[in-house]
Amino acid sequence: MRTLYQFHGGIHPPTNKTQSNHTPIKQASLPSKLVIPLHQHVGSSAKPIVEAGQRVLKGELIGAPDGHLSSAVHAPTSGTISAIDMQIVAHPSGIPDLCITLIPDGLDEWIHREPCDDWCALSHTELRHRLRQAGVVGLGGAVFPSDVKLYSHKHKIKTLVLNGAECEPYITCDDLLMRERATEILQGAQIMRALLYAEEVLIGIEDNKPEAIAAMRAAVTEGCHERMEVVAVPTIYPGGGAKQLIRVLTGIEVAAGVRSTNLGVQCFNVATAYSAWRAIGHSEPLISRIVTITGNVGHPQNFEALIGTPMDELVAQAQPLPGTTGYIMGGPMMGVLMPSMQVGVIKATNCIIAAAKNLFPAPAPALPCIRCTRCAEVCPSELQPQELYWFSKAKNLDKAEDYHLFDCIECGACSYVCPSNIPLVQYYRFAKSEIWAQEASQKAADAARERHEFRESRIEREKREKAEKLAAKEKAAIEARALRAETPQAVVSSARPDADPENTMQLKIQLAIDHAKEQAAAIKPKNTEQLTPQQLAEIADIEARRARVREIAKDVTHIDGHS
Amino acid sequence: MSGFFSPFITKPVSVSQIMLHVLLALIPGIALYVWFFGPAILVSLTLASITALGVEALMLKIQNKQIAPTLKDNTALLTAWLLALSIPPLAPWWLVVVGTAFAISISKHLYGGLGNNPFNPAMIGYAVLIISFPVHMTHWLTPHGLGDVSLSFLEQLNYIFQGVLPDGIKLDAITMATPLDTLKTQLHLNGHVQEILDMPIYGRLAGQGSEWVAAGFLLGGVYLIAQRIISWHIPLAYLGTLFAVAGLFHLIDPAHYVTPVFHLFSGAAMLGAFFILTDPVTSPTTPRGRLIFAASAALLTYLIRAFGGFPDGMAFATLLMNICVPLIDAYTQPKVFGKKKGQS
Amino acid sequence: MLNALLAMAAIAILLGAVLGYAAIKFRVEGNPLVDKIDAVLPQTQCGQCGFPGCKPYATAIAEGVADINLCPPGGDEGIHKLADLLGMEYKPFGGATQPKPKSVAIIDESNCIGCTLCIQACPVDAIVGAAKQMHTIIASECTGCELCVPPCPVDCISMVPIEESIANWKWKYPVYALTASK
Repeated sequence: MRTLYQFHGGIHPPTNKTQSNHTPIKQASLPSKLVIPLHQHVGSSAKPIVEAGQRVLKGELIGAPDGHLSSAVHAPTSGTISAIDMQIVAHPSGIPDLCITLIPDGLDEWIHREPCDDWCALSHTELRHRLRQAGVVGLGGAVFPSDVKLYSHKHKIKTLVLNGAECEPYITCDDLLMRERATEILQGAQIMRALLYAEEVLIGIEDNKPEAIAAMRAAVTEGCHERMEVVAVPTIYPGGGAKQLIRVLTGIEVAAGVRSTNLGVQCFNVATAYSAWRAIGHSEPLISRIVTITGNVGHPQNFEALIGTPMDELVAQAQPLPGTTGYIMGGPMMGVLMPSMQVGVIKATNCIIAAAKNLFPAPAPALPCIRCTRCAEVCPSELQPQELYWFSKAKNLDKAEDYHLFDCIECGACSYVCPSNIPLVQYYRFAKSEIWAQEASQKAADAARERHEFRESRIEREKREKAEKLAAKEKAAIEARALRAETPQAVVSSARPDADPENTMQLKIQLAIDHAKEQAAAIKPKNTEQLTPQQLAEIADIEARRARVREIAKDVTHIDGHS
Repeated sequence: MSGFFSPFITKPVSVSQIMLHVLLALIPGIALYVWFFGPAILVSLTLASITALGVEALMLKIQNKQIAPTLKDNTALLTAWLLALSIPPLAPWWLVVVGTAFAISISKHLYGGLGNNPFNPAMIGYAVLIISFPVHMTHWLTPHGLGDVSLSFLEQLNYIFQGVLPDGIKLDAITMATPLDTLKTQLHLNGHVQEILDMPIYGRLAGQGSEWVAAGFLLGGVYLIAQRIISWHIPLAYLGTLFAVAGLFHLIDPAHYVTPVFHLFSGAAMLGAFFILTDPVTSPTTPRGRLIFAASAALLTYLIRAFGGFPDGMAFATLLMNICVPLIDAYTQPKVFGKKKGQS
Repeated sequence: MLNALLAMAAIAILLGAVLGYAAIKFRVEGNPLVDKIDAVLPQTQCGQCGFPGCKPYATAIAEGVADINLCPPGGDEGIHKLADLLGMEYKPFGGATQPKPKSVAIIDESNCIGCTLCIQACPVDAIVGAAKQMHTIIASECTGCELCVPPCPVDCISMVPIEESIANWKWKYPVYALTASK
């Protein structure tokens, strides 16, 4: 038996998983349209490389990764691109984002694929490139591009952790995936292990999923995988958080802002391993995922749904019940309420809960905090949520940061146990995004200061250089005069009108103006024949404006002349 | 929908339920109180409760806040009960009313209401009363069977509300000083601990009767810890330190310092350890902070009891330590997941 | 008596030496307070406070000539920060120009005549262009100071408020009112 470690706190909310984990994964029917956001992952948005009206095949690249930290987006089925525009996406803000709308043609015609029988023959760079081009991102919810995580830098990675804990209530998509596709998950894990040079693979699964544990264990034995172990971990929320699972399996604590690879561990979701295998072994990009449909539906179950499937069309296949007030994407602890029921499924959509009043009754109104510290007792990050609440509420952001606000993983355990019903996590989210905004504006201010100072110094330098040139000229003139003074035919210099510097300047300006006039007269406008009346009007308009500018400029020189 | 943001589910526990548990945990002690000292304590409990709820409602009304949710949270009732249990049962009705009203209005609502008061309201009420009306605060009831005479419940009511005793009975005949008070007075008169403890008002462990009341509070406190309403840190550190300090002095000079067990079972030690110091609003939030807080309170309690001017030091120790809570909290922040101590 | 005097004198000399040494050793170049204040200011260089830039305003605050509540782009938050920094009481905004939502300048390029007047006005060199060439604004460097707007002879520069997008979206302050306070 492997020694398991514990993490601080944690809660035991009702799991509500049995509703949806009895029926096998069902292929969702082809929706009427697919709305595919170009920004489904962490990093910069993908660049659209198709045009409206274009026909695309299933698996065809429609959004290319842009920059190091980015990921690709593909057409989930064959059909026609109907629009590339701003649409409401699966994001709590409800703000539209750039999406590609695809109308399926029903043929489901694949693009040419090259299945790879022997991936070991490929270089690691090639493997990572294929993962990136296949749009493989973390499917546990973080949607971080997987290729970027699959580097083994200078730090030696000992353990690859596969996360099959799935601690959030209601969600069973990983459970079903492990039950039905264990072999392929392990093949993906082998690729990941190879890329990371990891010694061992630990697959953590919460002990409330005995079928999944059995299936995975059978697959490990069957595949003769060495140093790969399926570990049943205690069921406790948030035991499926990456940091918490790493702690339970290896005893290593990964602090906020620290890369787990620096400590010799890397962690992936089981579904990510599965899609990595599909990408490498079958040349299939990430165009679908398993989604749990549960909550206020007659037949809760898991669907394999195409990315972009409108949520209401997907929920419709699970016999929705009346009284649904909205959809929650994710679980009840960390999920977000969707701004609309029609938003498309994205790579991060592991679960859609049809919410209704009887499932999620309105919370009792919030009462003052009595500092009972039930929140601190359950906090898996060992924070003092009551202090963070106090500082966030008072917008004392510096203090909140001092009390490790950014170590908060927003698991919601504190809000869950709060006897005063305070929306604690909401305060932390507010404080975090406020701090981020302030940091951004501070950065902008620093950049602006730098540019301003540079400009000032540039102007200063130009002035100095001018003055130096002038001084040099004058010096030369004086010397020349001195030379002339020695010669008899010298005249009294001050008598000459051009010796007066002001006169010289005015003369010069006059000359420049004359020159400009001459030039203006000399240059004939080109292409002025055969113009439409509209164009002529435009030219007249511009001429008028120019005339006005000259007027203004004249005024300015007058003023300058007087001063 | 449970609001617009996750988590969408919550554990069905509320402040009023927590406070209800604390009130329930007081029942064994109160029952034993009634058994040994008669039902007069129930009168002051009722009086204090009515006053607390009334004043709380009034204060909320003045501040233009919603009354019902706050009134239902049971915190005012708890303050009232703790204060009533600290006042002699035969105290005149206005003493209870003034104390409770002061506790709720000044020390709770003027500081911002529930969750914002730096001092334990019940102890503020007690401190105000013992400083303002010291004589009234020393007329404690004699346990059953010790006094020459005993009053009927009606006669007690008559005294509480009208200050009239039956003919021929003097107040001294039905009341006495507390065991701690008596001990202090007798020690001043150069008594020997062993002789003093032979006096009839002392029982097996501490005061006759009152030792049982303390045991009742201990029982309730254990229930609270078992129910995870309070953590073990404060009671254990308080009682442990009190025992240790008292034990040290007792070992050095048994003739002048009573046994540590006596200290645990007399005065407000048990009530304080489980019900007063553990008030979440006015105690530290970190486990280490709680240990420091309670241990310091115990030390202060002992120093006041043994060397101070007041027979019991619980209330003043609590208030003094309440002042230190923000400081203790700031210096006892626990380490954060994945970080070494003090690392930011 | 003499001993005491000598001792006192010796101590005085010693302490004087320490102070003198410290003055040289820990000498601070420039006025750190001005820099500290300047660090808090938003660096739009807009002059809406009545001073010709952020640094001059910072200097004026440090000298006690200017009030802390004159910076419109800094807004309420900026006043709070200044008040914290200087240990002063917060004051509501008291400047001449009211704070506006953060904006960037946009040149209507079909109207631009290439006069370079806006380039000369831009305090952060965020406008690209040359004489008689069309100008354009580098939006990411624009501080929204509006200084380029008045010099434009053809009024082709407009201020466009920055719209909320998913990238700059912020979680809002929880609106749940505590039941205890209506």
